[in-house]
Amino acid sequence: MQNAIDFMPFILTGALVTVQLALASVALAIVLGMLGATAKLSGSLALRSVAGVYTTVIRGIPDLVLMLLIFYGGQIAVNEIGHSLGLAYIEIDPFTAGTLTIGFIFGAYMTESFRGGILAVPRGEIEAGRAFGMSAVLVFRRITLPQMVRHALPSFGNNWLVLVKTTALVSVIGLQDMVFRAGQAGGSTRQPFTFYLVVALIYLLITAVSQVALSKAERRFNVGVRTE
Amino acid sequence: MSDAALIVDDLHKSFGAIEVLKGISLTAYDRDVISILGSSGSGKSTLLRCLNLLEVPNAGRVTVHGEEIRMTKRRNGDPVPADWKQVDRIRSRLGFVFQSFNLWSHMTVLENVIEAPIHVLKVPRKQAVERGEAMLHKVGMYERKDYYPAHISGGQQQRAAIARALAVEPTMLLFDEPTSALDPELVGEVLKVMRALAEEGRTMLVVTHEMGFARDVSDKVMFLHQGEVEEFGVPGDMFSNPKSERFRQFLSGALS
Repeated sequence: MQNAIDFMPFILTGALVTVQLALASVALAIVLGMLGATAKLSGSLALRSVAGVYTTVIRGIPDLVLMLLIFYGGQIAVNEIGHSLGLAYIEIDPFTAGTLTIGFIFGAYMTESFRGGILAVPRGEIEAGRAFGMSAVLVFRRITLPQMVRHALPSFGNNWLVLVKTTALVSVIGLQDMVFRAGQAGGSTRQPFTFYLVVALIYLLITAVSQVALSKAERRFNVGVRTE
Repeated sequence: MSDAALIVDDLHKSFGAIEVLKGISLTAYDRDVISILGSSGSGKSTLLRCLNLLEVPNAGRVTVHGEEIRMTKRRNGDPVPADWKQVDRIRSRLGFVFQSFNLWSHMTVLENVIEAPIHVLKVPRKQAVERGEAMLHKVGMYERKDYYPAHISGGQQQRAAIARALAVEPTMLLFDEPTSALDPELVGEVLKVMRALAEEGRTMLVVTHEMGFARDVSDKVMFLHQGEVEEFGVPGDMFSNPKSERFRQFLSGALS
């Protein structure tokens, strides 16, 4: 027990990294998800195809495999390009690699969540916006987006919880997140169970807080919806 | 010609191989109330939707208050508006009322009414609210201004939708079967509002199945059959002495 307390600051530093990684990744995933959903619903065959390949490939390969592919492959690709431009060797740090990978993976899931959310907005309401002289952009901002958020929130929340847990995988590429640190602490004290239990509880805390926040957000965006 | 509120000239519209409008022409003057009748599939809603480009006509011209909507063709030959900004500008002064209301469900009644004035017409918020509330008074919906559309009846939603159309100070109101989605006992309250608007001298084009409204309220009646104007005239003559056999049949079917 004393060990666990002594190592707490060490683990908590890792927890901070985990939270930062999750937030940075979800930000990227939201951007990619919006782009993907818009592309999938666009009139352009080329855009739809690119987005289709993106979601099919990403959702069809295990996260861990993708992470290793992007971490090693990305490193090689960046330096091939860098080399041909005469640049010095560029080291991608694990945090950046992790953010890019997780953001990229969950961007595909967000694409589907957002696409579903947009499709759930009644066509007539979009048409009403156009009929009153709103531009396509204005209709998106004022009518589609707020209702998309409402429809996409449950599935967004689900993605977020899975994303938080997926951050554990970045310990394999050397990021000092809390799982990585729990491994080190557990190894040096020969009490791996204790430290992984602490990590499990911290994950549970993060996801529990998330769920409270998400259900608040759902209530906030569900105004005007009949609930009976 | 220039004092016409609306000129439709030889309008054609096809959906795939099916030609829905086969060359419709129509002129509406300020303060005209024109009812557009026809059985289902006659093209009457499509005609109305072509007027503000919710449907893009394949051929023909639409001129609103002397300004013709400029059209061009895509590379594949499909017609498109040459300038969407022009379309948006023209639309912003046409109040459109839908069969299924299409109120924005995430906004209250009042928010629905002030949305286009604030975000399209750039009316200051305070002014938009004042005008919006006045329009809600007019349609008897002021007491329900803070309700969301899902929490009021269909008749109330449609009256709110009419207030939304009035709030943009429209030069013309377009009604697309405004009472067809309503329970029978709710039709009356919407028709009453529409009658009052007609009496105010508003320019209105009304696609409807309400024979009483067409006969008693409108100045002119257009009867469409299979995408063509089968009969056009003043309601007194048309209803007492229909010239076309089709309109006679339509009337007997509608009144029986």
